Amino acid sequence: MEQEVILSLENIHKSFDGQKALCGIDLTIYKGEFLTLLGPSGCGKTTTLRIIAGLESPDEGRVILGGTDVTDWEPNKRGVNTVFQSYALFPHMNVENNIAYGLKLRKVPKEEIKKQVEEMLELVQLPGFGERMPSQLSGGQRQRVAIARAIVNKPSVLLLDEPLGALDLQLRRQMQVELKRLQQKLGITFVYITHDQEEALNMSDRIGIMNQGKILQLGTPEEIYEHPKSRFAAQFIGQSNILKATVTGRDAAGNLTLSFGGGTILASGQGEPGEKVTLSLRTERVRYGREPRQGFTLSGQVKNNHYSGGMMRTVLTLPTGEELLVSGMGDGIEGRLPAGTQVHIGWDPACAVIVERGWPDEAE
Amino acid sequence: MRKKRTFLPETYVVLMLLLMYLPIFVVVAYSFNDTKLFHWAGFTFSWYQKLFHNQTIINAFFNSLKLAVLSSGLAAILGTMGAVGMAGRTFFGKGALEGLSTVPIMIPEIILGMAYLSFFSLLQVPFGMLTLVAAHTTFCVPYIFINVKASLQSLDPALGEAALDLGASRRRVFFDITAPLIFPSILSGSLLAFAMSMDDVVISFFVTGPETATLPLQVYSMLKMGVTPEINALCTVMLGTVFLLVAGARLFQSARKAKKGR
Repeated sequence: MEQEVILSLENIHKSFDGQKALCGIDLTIYKGEFLTLLGPSGCGKTTTLRIIAGLESPDEGRVILGGTDVTDWEPNKRGVNTVFQSYALFPHMNVENNIAYGLKLRKVPKEEIKKQVEEMLELVQLPGFGERMPSQLSGGQRQRVAIARAIVNKPSVLLLDEPLGALDLQLRRQMQVELKRLQQKLGITFVYITHDQEEALNMSDRIGIMNQGKILQLGTPEEIYEHPKSRFAAQFIGQSNILKATVTGRDAAGNLTLSFGGGTILASGQGEPGEKVTLSLRTERVRYGREPRQGFTLSGQVKNNHYSGGMMRTVLTLPTGEELLVSGMGDGIEGRLPAGTQVHIGWDPACAVIVERGWPDEAE
Repeated sequence: MRKKRTFLPETYVVLMLLLMYLPIFVVVAYSFNDTKLFHWAGFTFSWYQKLFHNQTIINAFFNSLKLAVLSSGLAAILGTMGAVGMAGRTFFGKGALEGLSTVPIMIPEIILGMAYLSFFSLLQVPFGMLTLVAAHTTFCVPYIFINVKASLQSLDPALGEAALDLGASRRRVFFDITAPLIFPSILSGSLLAFAMSMDDVVISFFVTGPETATLPLQVYSMLKMGVTPEINALCTVMLGTVFLLVAGARLFQSARKAKKGR
C-alpha cells in the first residue's frame, strides 16, 4: 500500500508543573487515514492533540507536518484545524459567520465564502441554519457546525477532541456513521481522540492506545483487539481474562502449552519451559460445555450467570480457585447451564495471547 | 390536607418596600406642593419651573455629567486593560496585585479624598475639572476591573483557541472574540462607575475647584440654607431618570435573552 506521511511526531515530551504528561510520543500519520488515540482520561491524548494543533508546545521533540518542521509555529500558521470537545462555537456569531470565520481571515472573496458556507451546511445536513445563533441549536447540531467550521478550511489534518463526548448514545452512534462518511468523502486525515473503545473500533483505520503519556500499541482495530500487546490494552479494550500461567512446552501442532488452573492450556506465542507469562483471553472466546470437545483441556464448574440483554455473562470456577469470565450467546454456550454444573472448558489457542512476561504484582 | 393560608410573607414584602420608598415618596410629593412649608397647599409645577431656570444647578448638572462620562470612560479603558492583561497569566504576586486593584472600593471615601487632596497639592495641580476627573477615574477603575475580570474568567478558553486555530492572530482573537464577549461586562461596570461618579460627594468635596461644583456638591451647599421644594424637584427628576435607566436596562436584557432564544 502506497502511503504518504502527512504528520509525524518525534519523541515528544511534555510536563505540566513537573508532572510528566507525555513521555516520548512517536507517531506517524498517513494521508487520508482515520487515526484514533484511545486512552483513559489523563493519559495524555488531549495534550498530544494540542501539541499537533500548536496550542501547547512540547518540552522536547519535533512536530513535522507535511514534511515541514512546525514545532515552533503559532497555531494560526499551521494547516490543521480542531473540533473542540466543548465545540467552542463563537456565541456572538450566527452559524454562517462561525463557519465563515476561517475563510474571512484568509480574505476569501465574499461570494466565494457564501457559496462554501452553503455547501458546508449542506454537507453536515443543516441547510437553512445559517441565520441561527449557536444557543438556538441542539447539541448534535452544534457538533455539526463545529465540524463544518473546521473542514471548510480544507485542513491537511483535522483534529477532533472527543467530539461526541457530550451527546447521548443514540446520537453518538448516528454521528459516528456521519463522521466516517464525511472523512471518506473529503479524504481529510482525521486524528480523533476518544476514551470510548467502541467508537474507536467502529471508526478508525488505526488506533493508538495511550496510557500514562505513552503510546502502548498502534495498529488496526483488529490487531488491537485480537492481539493486545499489553495487559493494559487487553483490559482497556473489550473484556479479557488475565491468566497467570507457566510455560511447559509445545504440543504436536506447535501451540505453546502452559500449566494453568489445574490443567494444561494452549496459547500462541513464544516461551521457554518454566517461564511465567501473563495471558489475555477475550471473554467471548472461551468455550465450555457439559461434554468434553476437541481442545477442551480444563474442567471447572459454573459459578453463576448474568443475563444482560443481548449478552450472557457466565463466571466459571476452576479447581485452583481462579475464575474465568465468559460472555456470548448461542455458539459455544449450550443454553444456560445452572450454577454448580460441572463443565469442560477450552478455546482456540490463537485467542490466548501473551501480554506480559512474568506475572503482574499481586498487589495490583 | 389544606395548608392554612397565611399572609405573613406578603406583609414582610410590603413592609420592606414601604420602609425603602416612604421617604422617597415624601420627597416626590413635596416637590409638587404649592408651599415651602410642610402642610399640603395644592398641586403645582412651579418648583420645576424654578429648577429649570436655575443656572447654577444647570451648570452643576453639566459639570457632573461631563465628569461622570469622562471618568467612567477613562476607567473603562484602564480597568479593561488591567483585567485583560492579568487574565490567563500566572506570575508571582498575582493574587496580591488583584487584591490591590480592588481594595480602593473598601477604603473609606474620606481617606481617599484626603489622599487625593494632599497628592494634588503636593504636585501643585490646580483644583478643578482635571483633579476631579483624575480622582473619579481612580475610584471608578475597580468597578470595571472586577466586572471584566469575572467575565473573562467565565469565558471558555477554547473560544480563543478555536479562533487561533482557524487562523486568527492574537490581536484578531482579542478584537473578534474576546472584546465582543466581554463588552456587556465593560458596559455594566461603566454604568456602575458612572452612577458612582454622578453621586459622589465626599471625594469631590476634597478635590473640586471654585468653578466646578458638581450636582451633589451643589445640592449639599443648597441644603445648608434649608431644604427647598426646588431640591425636592431636583431629587424627583433624578429619581425619575434612575428608574427609567433601570427599566431600560431590564428591557434591554430581556430582549437580548429573548433573541438568544429558548
